[in-house]
Amino acid sequence: MPDDQIVPRLTLVPNPENQTQMIVAQNLTKVYGDFTAVAGIDFTVAKGESFGLLGPNGAGKSTTMRMITATLQRSGGDLTILDKDPDKFGPQIRAHLGVVPQADNLDTELKVHENLYIYGRYFGLSRKYLTKKIDELLAFAQLEDKRNSKVDQLSGGMKRRLTIARALVNEPEVLLLDEPTTGLDPQARHVLWDRLFRLKEQGVTLVITTHYMDEAEQLCDRLIVMDQGKIMAQGSPASLIAEHSSPEVVEVRFGSDRNAAVAERISHIGDRMDVLPDRILIYAQDGEAALAEIISLGQHPVTSLVRRSSLEDVFLRLTGRTLVD
Amino acid sequence: MSAGHWRGATALVDTNRIAKFGAFYAAEYRIRNMLKWWQAIVAFGIGNPLLYLTSIGIGVGSLIDKNTNGAGPDGVKYLAFIAPALLATAALQGTMEEVTFPVVHGFDWRKVFFAMHAAGLTGKQVAQGVIISAITRSVFTVSVYWAILWAFDAFSSPSALWLIPIEIYFGACFAAVMMAVSAYMKEDDGWFAIIGRFVIAPMFLFSGTFYALSTLPLTIRWVGWISPLWHATEIGRYFSYDHPISSTMLLVHFGYMTLLGIAGLLVANRKFALRLAA
Repeated sequence: MPDDQIVPRLTLVPNPENQTQMIVAQNLTKVYGDFTAVAGIDFTVAKGESFGLLGPNGAGKSTTMRMITATLQRSGGDLTILDKDPDKFGPQIRAHLGVVPQADNLDTELKVHENLYIYGRYFGLSRKYLTKKIDELLAFAQLEDKRNSKVDQLSGGMKRRLTIARALVNEPEVLLLDEPTTGLDPQARHVLWDRLFRLKEQGVTLVITTHYMDEAEQLCDRLIVMDQGKIMAQGSPASLIAEHSSPEVVEVRFGSDRNAAVAERISHIGDRMDVLPDRILIYAQDGEAALAEIISLGQHPVTSLVRRSSLEDVFLRLTGRTLVD
Repeated sequence: MSAGHWRGATALVDTNRIAKFGAFYAAEYRIRNMLKWWQAIVAFGIGNPLLYLTSIGIGVGSLIDKNTNGAGPDGVKYLAFIAPALLATAALQGTMEEVTFPVVHGFDWRKVFFAMHAAGLTGKQVAQGVIISAITRSVFTVSVYWAILWAFDAFSSPSALWLIPIEIYFGACFAAVMMAVSAYMKEDDGWFAIIGRFVIAPMFLFSGTFYALSTLPLTIRWVGWISPLWHATEIGRYFSYDHPISSTMLLVHFGYMTLLGIAGLLVANRKFALRLAA
């Protein structure tokens, strides 16, 4: 087993009825005054699953996340986390979860290893256990040579990895990450994805909120697409794409003043078309063929791109808006 | 590492233990953080009494004692008169420091209280942890201060030893109130400066610290009556040189501070829980 494998691989039972449900939400609602942040959503998270909440900022993802980490009371509906009602057993539930909040709340006055130690102490874990665990977690987070550094000296990506390592100190039944890579540069994101992917491979139950569709596609077995507090669609990334989009997409740009005019002339091409301010998206079974047809009509785009359909397209299709404004 | 180690939180983490000792886990964090500044805490703990004693106790004291033939306010030498007041001030200020900015740090600056809460501690346990750590520092500050006063021959009664636990207790009661106030602060919106100037400074000046409260006109004397520092100082004088206090007033001093402490804790517990779950 590789050094950084920190949990045994679980054998997942293929029959979903036999799966242990870690989180069950029914008609889950959160209301602030007149504003409904989460408008009655249903979902379940099974043991060993990697579950995503995808949606733009303000979709209700983080509010949902706070309710399922038992740190925010729901306004309505039913919620069970690890077979318990968070309204009655909040502290007990939280003690068995691992939480990576959107903003790092590491202590900057403590060293890297002290942050792990003191967090472990909140769970009442012994010094003996923690001494060993900290070594493992530093190896997993690739922070061994930063053990004695102060948190302020770490890069953004390192801080995130430390926060994730910290959340694993109690060997959580579910690891919940709120926007884990927001604000990180591409390279730091990839390192983080690699670490999370390892956890997923090792059978840790993951719940991730994100507004990055590539993150959701890479890490999530199953996800819900949220917008304005509601679930727009749910399923695996592949099934969502198959259901709500065509296999390929052609992106063409004719210049912002010409896009609309050209769109009318080529609207019969492909399965469907979206005209955005800066570009036209044509959903097609065969992207290259669709592009060839556009050019054969005498329309020569300034730039063109043929790509596979993504969750971004699913979101656009479902809401008429893009994920990242 | 081998995979056999992963036991899972349900087997690993004892929630009953957290329910029992959670406040101490929160305190452990604060104390560890405090120890990062131990040199400053020690230097201040020793330097503060030395400076006060030299300048006011001896400097001002010699002037007063000369003019009163050693029977200053309350019929004792000036050093003996202000020693309990200085000790009370140190106890109250020392604990206050540990419950004001650390609370803003926990809620706003680094949001460490939210990390504690996410890990399973309750708002009440976090608040209690802050008080426990403040008391821990106070044990050091008050003991050092007391020892220096003793070395300066400021106490005439052996019962002065009682001052150590009593001033620590009064400090904790006052800290509970200040913690409750701090729990309502959003960032440092200048309120600490305002409280420092318009609450703490008057309290220091009008609590019979440097002169007997009875010398003030009644129109200002009430400031002393409501001031925790006056109650802490009166009790201190009673134990350090047999300053006369009726048993009723003894009860009033203890009762007032205890009530403040309980009220402070109740408000803080509630506000901590609300802020962490908002």
